[in-house]
Amino acid sequence: MRKHLVSSADLTRADIESILATAASMHDVQRREVKKLPTLRGRTIINFFFEDSTRTRSSFEIAGKWMSADTINLSAKGSSTSKGESLRDSVQTINAMAVDALVIRHNQSGACQQVAGWVDASVINAGDGTHEHPTQALLDAYTLRSRLGDLDGKHVVIVGDLTHSRVFRSNVLTLTTLGARVTVVAPPTLMPAGIASWAERDGFATGWDLDAVLAGDDIPDAVMMLRVQRERMSGGFFPTPREYTVGYGLTRPRVEALRARKDGVLIMHPGPMNRGLEISADAAESPNSVILDQVSSGLAVRMAVLYHLLAGEETAA
Amino acid sequence: MATAGLPEPTSPPLDPAGKTVMGASDIARCLRRMAHEILERNKGADDLVVLGIPSRGVELGNRLAAMLEQVEGRGIPAGSLDITMHRDDLRHQPTRAPMRTHIPPPGIDGKVVILVDDVLYSGRTIRAALDALADLGRPRAVRLAVLVDRGHRELPIRADHVGKNLPTSVSEKVQVRLVGHDGIDDVVNIAGGESR
Repeated sequence: MRKHLVSSADLTRADIESILATAASMHDVQRREVKKLPTLRGRTIINFFFEDSTRTRSSFEIAGKWMSADTINLSAKGSSTSKGESLRDSVQTINAMAVDALVIRHNQSGACQQVAGWVDASVINAGDGTHEHPTQALLDAYTLRSRLGDLDGKHVVIVGDLTHSRVFRSNVLTLTTLGARVTVVAPPTLMPAGIASWAERDGFATGWDLDAVLAGDDIPDAVMMLRVQRERMSGGFFPTPREYTVGYGLTRPRVEALRARKDGVLIMHPGPMNRGLEISADAAESPNSVILDQVSSGLAVRMAVLYHLLAGEETAA
Repeated sequence: MATAGLPEPTSPPLDPAGKTVMGASDIARCLRRMAHEILERNKGADDLVVLGIPSRGVELGNRLAAMLEQVEGRGIPAGSLDITMHRDDLRHQPTRAPMRTHIPPPGIDGKVVILVDDVLYSGRTIRAALDALADLGRPRAVRLAVLVDRGHRELPIRADHVGKNLPTSVSEKVQVRLVGHDGIDDVVNIAGGESR
């Protein structure tokens, strides 16, 4: 395995299989009374979060602690960043403390790639701007596999704000690498420019009409709703929240229609949810929803990622 | 849950220059004797839990448990104990995905755990297994059963039940193959080292 995890595009099918297999064992650890493995004893992991996060940060922290690493959390607020220190100076300062891994979330796309070139530590991308979020894609793949088995030929529909979604970018890469068929649906204003050539290269389908995709011949095995990211919504991408819900929300009628077509279509959401906007409370609470499974999978997958990046032999950068 | 695929066990080819030291019937006889020894030592099958160490220890553990069941006429819980996360040489080799740990339903608290592995060599695997076990509960006793003891211990660890003591040199390789794991007939080969 390589030293950094910056992009899902870096992961081969064998890499992903190996991480998911490890995650299955780590999932068992979560059910134990003593949730502690000695694997990363003596390693230091810094979670450097320049953007807010609940689940990603806490799961990286718990994952590190359960594997006996020392984990420290830093956020932009309360660090020297608020005094105007540059990203480069901040991470090099941290690096000088001989840490083993830097888990970074940043609001600028490509920030992790840059940091990887500046430090000796392993860099793990926990979300960079609108670029990628590779551990989210891995945990989604893990959740899907634990319910659907092998993903070869399975159909996953991803719905929502594709333009700003790092979850979508990483998921398309990981899911297609595992052989799943992916259809992405978004209002035209939130469809990234040039998606046609991109879809052709990576082998996924696109659509504007959610109802048509859900009612299509290719019945989805899972529907993944993306969050409407209010912090990135200053461009007037849709007229009103209500209109978005009508066109692209996973509403109760849509859930009922899906359940009528096929049993056990999985409902996913990376969180945090805007209930009543992109996903209705009925959808989130329905028996088909695996949203909380995604969270516990996240812990197992992040333990697996830390293991593969940090436990093995020292690799050259 | 957690049914995502686990890695297929690997089975590298046998060294053709190797010498066979145990055949299928030798291995079966050894295991049967070990099963009787375990029962004799434990004065019956009470509280026995058999845990194999992946990958071939699991197959051997299952066979031992089946033989114990035959002799005692009742079910003996058998499972597996992966030790990957507890190894002391993680930093010296590429990472590999851990295998499955399966603790049978009664758990291991207050039980007599029989750890099973194919080859006992440095003893480091067993040290890791003892650590892994301590995280899972507190057995009343832990005993070690191995098919082959090839010597060269690096830690103060010994086996309670040994199929065959096999004097080897460090440069030799002991290769165990089991039909349920490797798809070829049971065999223990010894290969490499200086010609003798």
